[in-house]
Amino acid sequence: MSLDRTAREKLVRALAVPVIEHADELTSLDQAIGDGDHGLNMKRGFEAVLATLPALADKSMPEMLKAIGMTLVMKVGGASGPLVGTFFMELGKALPEQATRADLVAATEKAIAAVKARGRSEAGQKTLLDVLVPVQAIFAAGGDATAIAAGAAEAAERTTPMLATRGRASFLGERSIGHMDPGSRSASLLIGAAVAALEFEADS
Amino acid sequence: MSNSNSGNVGIVIVSHSSKIAEGAADMVRQMVGDAVPLAWTGGDIDGGLGTNVTGILGAIEAAWSPAGVAILVDLGGAETNSEMAVEMLPEDRRARVVVCNAPVVEGAVIAATESSGGSSLAAVKRSAEEFYA
Repeated sequence: MSLDRTAREKLVRALAVPVIEHADELTSLDQAIGDGDHGLNMKRGFEAVLATLPALADKSMPEMLKAIGMTLVMKVGGASGPLVGTFFMELGKALPEQATRADLVAATEKAIAAVKARGRSEAGQKTLLDVLVPVQAIFAAGGDATAIAAGAAEAAERTTPMLATRGRASFLGERSIGHMDPGSRSASLLIGAAVAALEFEADS
Repeated sequence: MSNSNSGNVGIVIVSHSSKIAEGAADMVRQMVGDAVPLAWTGGDIDGGLGTNVTGILGAIEAAWSPAGVAILVDLGGAETNSEMAVEMLPEDRRARVVVCNAPVVEGAVIAATESSGGSSLAAVKRSAEEFYA
């Protein structure tokens, strides 16, 4: 996988636009079980990322991902800023400039491990890891863009009946059940956008 | 914000609310005067409720002491952003900053009181964390 400058800029816009457009939805999910700032925080972060274009896309893919991560860390706030920002930063650190699909599988695994460490969390606690972990498994098993995007949306849906044991929603105990995790929703939006922009082919 | 050249461990207060952070800092100041370097930060970068790495890095700088800095936080994001800020510090400073697992107001007052007597960073952290022990 090698993206030229135009494709890199297209990827950045593809990631940012759905997050910004879904800000109200993310906020209302977060109002149900969190502190109601997820939509606004993510929107602010990705608007800040867009503001670094076009220079951002002049960077190599690894450097661009690291820069996106750093912008998100500095601008998003909340716990999501360091968590989502760490994912992008570690992905950038782990990827070679000319990445194969196998490189990307290995890099996403490392980035997810870093998110786990940052949040001291594992899948099953009603967080973005409940999307990242199963989607990475689909990706590692050779799933194509359609399978990955569908897997991400389904994984986000599966957080609805879950009991939150990490993050602000955990304060609600059983009342966290019955609402989709906002961080899982934003992760699924980002993954859906990324695979659509990158048009992964299935590994056969 | 303030500083002190006492050489004692610095205290940083991080809350989602700038009013809480500032108020907790007022309480600390009342207890220990200028004996302890002290700084606070609260709110997201737009001034709403939240925390942000830039503000935390600024507060660590403002409260810097060669003896180190103890950070007191309120809820999740304050802790996550503080840990992120610590990792972004220059390497020689990173090991001298700790995030305490303690209630923000009580922890800040206890930590500052401990620091004002010249205690080490480890002792300051331990005193703050006794609230949860």
